[in-house]
Amino acid sequence: MDLLSYQDTPLHKIDPRAKLITALFFILTVVSFGKYEISMLVPFIFFPVYLLTSGNIPVVYILKKILYVSPFAVMIGVFNPFFDQGVILQVGNTGIPGGWISFLSIMMRFALTVSTALALISCTGFNNICFAINRLGAPKIFAVQLLFLYRYIFVLAEEAARMVRARNLRSFDGKGKGIKTYGPMLGNLLLRTINRAERIHLAMICRGFDGNIRIMKKYKFGLRELLFVASWGSLFLLFRFVNIPQFAGNFITGLFV
Amino acid sequence: MSHHIVQAENLAYTYPDGNNALKNISFLITHGESVAIVGANGAGKSTLLMHLNGHLLPGKGSLRIGDFPLTKETVHNIRRSVGMVFQDSDDQLFMPTVYDDVAFGPLNMGLPADVVNERVKSTLETVGVLHLINRPTHRLSGGEKRSVAIATVLSMSPDILVMDEPTSNLDPKARRRLINLLKSFKHTKIIATHDLDMALDLCERTIIIRDGEVVADGKSIDILNNESLLSESNLEKPLRFQGCPVCGV
Repeated sequence: MDLLSYQDTPLHKIDPRAKLITALFFILTVVSFGKYEISMLVPFIFFPVYLLTSGNIPVVYILKKILYVSPFAVMIGVFNPFFDQGVILQVGNTGIPGGWISFLSIMMRFALTVSTALALISCTGFNNICFAINRLGAPKIFAVQLLFLYRYIFVLAEEAARMVRARNLRSFDGKGKGIKTYGPMLGNLLLRTINRAERIHLAMICRGFDGNIRIMKKYKFGLRELLFVASWGSLFLLFRFVNIPQFAGNFITGLFV
Repeated sequence: MSHHIVQAENLAYTYPDGNNALKNISFLITHGESVAIVGANGAGKSTLLMHLNGHLLPGKGSLRIGDFPLTKETVHNIRRSVGMVFQDSDDQLFMPTVYDDVAFGPLNMGLPADVVNERVKSTLETVGVLHLINRPTHRLSGGEKRSVAIATVLSMSPDILVMDEPTSNLDPKARRRLINLLKSFKHTKIIATHDLDMALDLCERTIIIRDGEVVADGKSIDILNNESLLSESNLEKPLRFQGCPVCGV
């Protein structure tokens, strides 16, 4: 995902703050619909599709990632069809219960927001998003925490994987793999993490760290950014308050009447 | 220029848990010298290095770096003149991209943006990794990480370079490239290492530490050829001084 953010499309060049604001506004409008809304969510697909195509991001790759996290969304909505059996939509002779509608609505919102978030990271880079968060007024410590989390999660994962491998190589017939060894291992991992944190802190103060992380400003919030935020923002408002699919449907059926 | 000196006088340090890591260390390293600090595991090398960047303060005796004796008050000045390269590059590269990491020190020194920009590029050029400038640091190979780690320190234009095992975990080619790179630097260099062949290549002087004390201090070529001295300190001759495995000569 990181590597995707090092491309050089016009979308990549836009100030991360503009993209972040727009994406947040997008998510806000998408989740603000009533729980049975489906048709009005459809036009919102434009935004993630725009991000993916103009950011030159492989769609299949993003779809796979969405699939990985989809169980969470399914868990949230899966009981709706059981509790909410009241028929609210009639298609031909079959009545569709409200539970299924709201379940579908949840899944659509999930797909829209997650694909947007993933596309945002792919076309901006996680570190740039952290800086955007900071420069939009979030506490510095929050942005720095996120930054370090992202930097060292790989190191931590590697360290943990090495420990697990070392244990597996010396465990036989299921002995040694039980929950019993997890306690000491986690403790050990924590101690190693603390040691590393100390070394990193030392490396930081060796280079003059005084509590502030200074970052070179690479972006400017100019006319282009303003246009980006304003045009997408007003489009989202239009999608939110005007039922475009119904309008389009009426228009098309009107042609044949 | 005589002011880039490092002088330890009867330096001693005991950890809070009672471990008497440094007992009596004295040496004088003058400007432009390149010195290898060697010794067995636990001999006190790391503790000594921790003093050189002011992370630990002398328990007894004194340490003088440049114009300043090492005290709480002078530690900031000392950190400006001493560049420390850590053994594990992952500890040293904590910023998201190579550029940000190399710019970290100069920005903290309060340099203006265009100077920082210039410095980042020129130091990356010096260590030969300018093409990595926009890469995320966690995706570099071990050799690249080491080069960038050295650049992060060089960008602060230190007078003295202190390195902890700079050749560890490098493949032979990367190791050789690093040795040649370090050779080209005019800084005062203090290198703690077990790689005695590198010490022979890079450092005209070697200090052996055993149990927190200096047991030998002199020309590398003499010290690293002294078999009895080395073996008493849990060391071995550099491979180049050892016989050929086939013919035994």
